[in-house]
Amino acid sequence: MGLKMMGNAKTARNGNLIGAVGMTIAILGTIFLHEGEVSTMIYGMIFGAIALGTIIGWFTAKKVQMTKMPELVSMFNGMGGACAALISLIEYTHHQHSGEPATTGTMIAIIAGLVIGSVSFSGSIIAFLKLNGTMNKPVRLPSYNMLNNVFMLGVLLFGAFMVYSGGNMMLAYLLFAAALAYGILFTLPIGGADMPVVISLLNSFTGLAAAFGGFLYGNKVMLTGGILVGSAGTLLTLVMCKAMNRPLSNVIFGAFGAGTAGAAAGSEVKGTTKEASVSDVAVLMNYSKSVVIVPGYGLAVAQAQHVIHELEMLLEERGVSVKYAIHPVAGRMPGHMNVLLAESNVAYEKLVEMDDINPEFPNTDVVLIVGANDVVNPAAKNNPASPIYGMPILEAENAKNIIINKRSMNAGYAGIDNELFYNPKASMFFGDAKKALTELIAELKTMD
Amino acid sequence: MEQILSFFNDNRDMIYFIILSVFVGVEVIGGVPTVLHTPLMSGANAIHGVVIVGAIYVMLNVNPDDTVALILGCLAVLLGTLNVVGGFVVTDRMLEMFKKKK
Repeated sequence: MGLKMMGNAKTARNGNLIGAVGMTIAILGTIFLHEGEVSTMIYGMIFGAIALGTIIGWFTAKKVQMTKMPELVSMFNGMGGACAALISLIEYTHHQHSGEPATTGTMIAIIAGLVIGSVSFSGSIIAFLKLNGTMNKPVRLPSYNMLNNVFMLGVLLFGAFMVYSGGNMMLAYLLFAAALAYGILFTLPIGGADMPVVISLLNSFTGLAAAFGGFLYGNKVMLTGGILVGSAGTLLTLVMCKAMNRPLSNVIFGAFGAGTAGAAAGSEVKGTTKEASVSDVAVLMNYSKSVVIVPGYGLAVAQAQHVIHELEMLLEERGVSVKYAIHPVAGRMPGHMNVLLAESNVAYEKLVEMDDINPEFPNTDVVLIVGANDVVNPAAKNNPASPIYGMPILEAENAKNIIINKRSMNAGYAGIDNELFYNPKASMFFGDAKKALTELIAELKTMD
Repeated sequence: MEQILSFFNDNRDMIYFIILSVFVGVEVIGGVPTVLHTPLMSGANAIHGVVIVGAIYVMLNVNPDDTVALILGCLAVLLGTLNVVGGFVVTDRMLEMFKKKK
């Protein structure tokens, strides 16, 4: 069973399927290979729960839009975390009732599973709400940084105390609640482009919780799966942090959110912006030689990936070279833009990664920025006070003309102003990405 | 100290397993391009759904008279299934998009 799980580790597309099959085998194996008397009622309950879960999971996963994927992953992650936490809770109850003293190792596994699982659960739910837009303002309690760290220490000490003393039922529930609260506190202040990192981190948390569960039962499938996700998730988190040039500790301890308020006030940019009409943009693009498109979350929200592909083909027909500049953290997840553009059949070679495209910007006639903001903000390079200072960006400001398609002048997800918009070479092209681009295509078609 | 040592001895297999798994996990991520990180994350998400195995195990061992445990267990199985099924279906949908082009 453990080997089957490994199949999923391959990047091969079928790996996913193999993984699913492996999982099914693992589940069925657990049910049928169990020795001892089990009442039919419990079997009924298990199968009922599985059936219900399958139906709900299947339908939500099938129905949801491609752009909502990050939210969904976060949601499912939370479910896994909750599952792990509940297992630990039951196991704890079990130990309490049976009266047999648990070994320290078992206790550690139970408590750790409980804490990590519930933090992951509540954290994921908050992440889900935030991505969903239900809660989009980072909430900042006064000196929350301190508060959070103290809280974390408190939960950890509480957990340690439980391990040593054995505690009682009341305390177990209390710890459960405390861990849940910590998950909320932990995720709440984190805004900005950090969300993907948080999800990835919580993902590896859940993996760890699962691994503790595996340790508890001496179940190798759970252990392997959990640790695999734990280590893979942690590494993935680190890779993402590197893409944003921020140490992991910075993200974990939420230093990001704290700095934002002050810096945003200080970095207010003076200047005027130009606005471009549809025909201005169309003319500009029609007579340029090379166009680079910088897609961002706005593209995903507007579901404009097919329209942009149409624009790309139209321009290519007219001898304009079109490329996409993909920032590693554009959108809400790494690779979000790739998935989206792949969906609309954009050729793989057209997607250029940041390091490869940056030297090309000075030779680019027009940069079309669609719903991206922070990833092209020059403040990351020249304003040390900016919260995103140090993050590698797409150097769109080097291009000859810059067109920015946005719905409004509002600040980006990181909540900061973008001085690129005030660049003399830049013009704003307001409107919903899909609508604006459709108009642009129509306008281009009338020109020959 | 002795306690810790004996703990390690008792669980030596497990600890080897953990270390091996860590290496496999690191190895896996190392070879994946940025492009595939989203599906990978989603895939990893589905994998840690193995907690469901634990949930089922718990359910099988629970005392049928213990209503609280039964309800919690049932909930755990339900949530675990959501995680597994949803995770795999979502990953599949994402990968499908990459497949189309080839």
